[in-house]
Amino acid sequence: MFQVRIHGRGGQGVVTAAELLAVAVFDGGKHAQAFPSFGSERTGAPVVAYCRISDHEIRAREPIMEPDVLIIQDASLIKQIDVFAGLQPRGYVIINSAETAEELQLADKIKVPHSLAILPATELALTHLGRPVPNAVLLGAFSALTGVVPLEAVASAINEKFKPKIAAGNVAAATAAYEYVMNQVATHA
Amino acid sequence: MLRQVEGSKAVADAVAACQPEVICAYPISPQTHIVEGLSQLVKDGTLPNCEFINVESEFAAMSVAIGSSATGARTYTATASQGLLYMVEAVYNASGLGLPIVMTVANRAIGGPINIWNDHSDSMSQRDSGWLQLYAENNQEAVDLHIQAFRIAEEMSMPVMVCMDGFILTHAYEQVDIPTTDEVKAFLPPFVPRQHLDPAEPVSIGAMVGPESFMEVKYLAHQRMIDSAAKVQEVAKDFEAHFGRKTGGLLRSYRTEGAETIVLALGSIIGTLKDVIDELQLDGKSIGVVGLTSFRPFPYESVAAALKGAKRVIILEKAFSTGTGGIVTQDVARAIEGMGIKDFTVIAGLGGRPITISSLRNYLTNAMAENIDRLTFLDLEIDTVEVEINKERAQR
Repeated sequence: MFQVRIHGRGGQGVVTAAELLAVAVFDGGKHAQAFPSFGSERTGAPVVAYCRISDHEIRAREPIMEPDVLIIQDASLIKQIDVFAGLQPRGYVIINSAETAEELQLADKIKVPHSLAILPATELALTHLGRPVPNAVLLGAFSALTGVVPLEAVASAINEKFKPKIAAGNVAAATAAYEYVMNQVATHA
Repeated sequence: MLRQVEGSKAVADAVAACQPEVICAYPISPQTHIVEGLSQLVKDGTLPNCEFINVESEFAAMSVAIGSSATGARTYTATASQGLLYMVEAVYNASGLGLPIVMTVANRAIGGPINIWNDHSDSMSQRDSGWLQLYAENNQEAVDLHIQAFRIAEEMSMPVMVCMDGFILTHAYEQVDIPTTDEVKAFLPPFVPRQHLDPAEPVSIGAMVGPESFMEVKYLAHQRMIDSAAKVQEVAKDFEAHFGRKTGGLLRSYRTEGAETIVLALGSIIGTLKDVIDELQLDGKSIGVVGLTSFRPFPYESVAAALKGAKRVIILEKAFSTGTGGIVTQDVARAIEGMGIKDFTVIAGLGGRPITISSLRNYLTNAMAENIDRLTFLDLEIDTVEVEINKERAQR
């Protein structure tokens, strides 16, 4: 079982990100279960969504408390809530930010793992999509960092979900995010 | 076709495949996505023979459902929580008049305090309403139960509630096989009402019944509910023959063979329990789970058979009767009377409190040693409530 927790704010498409990931995983022949944290969603309020990925049927329905992957769609949450709670020791972290790990003071929160990707997803979304919605973009980064789903599967999930023009922008932004993280990983290696 | 889809959307598509002729509903979380999905299907022409009626309240929704069902139209509605409570007067009339309406209850807590999250207080409050109540373990079963529900309802001339955990199921994306309209047609014949309103051949439905006959009418409803258990089983078997899936029915046992301890539960928590049972069995523990699909009719004989040989049963409930305890427990206790099985109740997940694997594991480990009270509230903040209890008592 591979467990993903996505943190963001109302309006950033947190729940949609979990849904897209689940569809991408399903298209690849695996089982996925995506669900939101069921709050009273309001624009700007912290929102959490989850996605479980497995080769087998997924039966458990508790919230994901020990994620293998954290996707943080809004870096301002890091100072506000304990987004890193329960993160697996060898877990992956993906953060939407134009800042560095040092600037984000991540060392105070986690042992900065090599499986960390920080990327300006909002800027990439603005460039390719024209809207500051980083959710689908970060799935490109997820694909690059974890290898759990291929970028093509992310792209086809985006195409299933959105109308052609918005889908094309999101796919372009996700692809840019994928390449950005691949370059980051190559630099670290 | 197998799809990765939100539970609500899956249910909307399954209901559409049953070709309802009237859908009327008032939106309330967490049911809203279901009727949104259906209204879209009516609007885009997928359901040409269906009228979607916007109503001003849940009371109106059930009232319209009663009217349309009485004319012989296959009728569907959905609600949750306060919405269900608001329609209660009409809910009892639907069953009293023997109208085969199918209604989804996207289970949610009842206020106050106001709470939008999942538990079973809403549908449990309708225990005695004369409706069948079937509880879904996952979204595949939610889909299948709706298809089975129309057939059970129409063959028994009784209304059926399909209960699915709000948010936990309605808002979860998982893979679901949704039968096509043609596949459903082969399983669900056209609705032939027992009697219906027709200006050409006028009848009265719902005339006043006085003291000389009221008891008999109610006794017939009682007997019909008892008889419906066989129908629930029969329809599940036929569904399996058509679709190859064992869903629905009265109850299903999981790894209970020779088990000393058996957990009995309803709804989506059964999945989590199965994972916990697997873990405990790996540790050599003698424990299994019974998932109760049909709460009404209550399958006394099947429950007794499923629990036979166990030393104890733990009934996990997401609702309770204030000052008393478990609701399902009362029926289970009667089913196992004289069998030498001890019953314990654990109330869990009220108002959306997550039921975690670790809490269940701890509780069940203690339960197997009978190191538990007869009634437990899982993960209750006992220190907090004790302070409050002492304060309140001192002020009285």
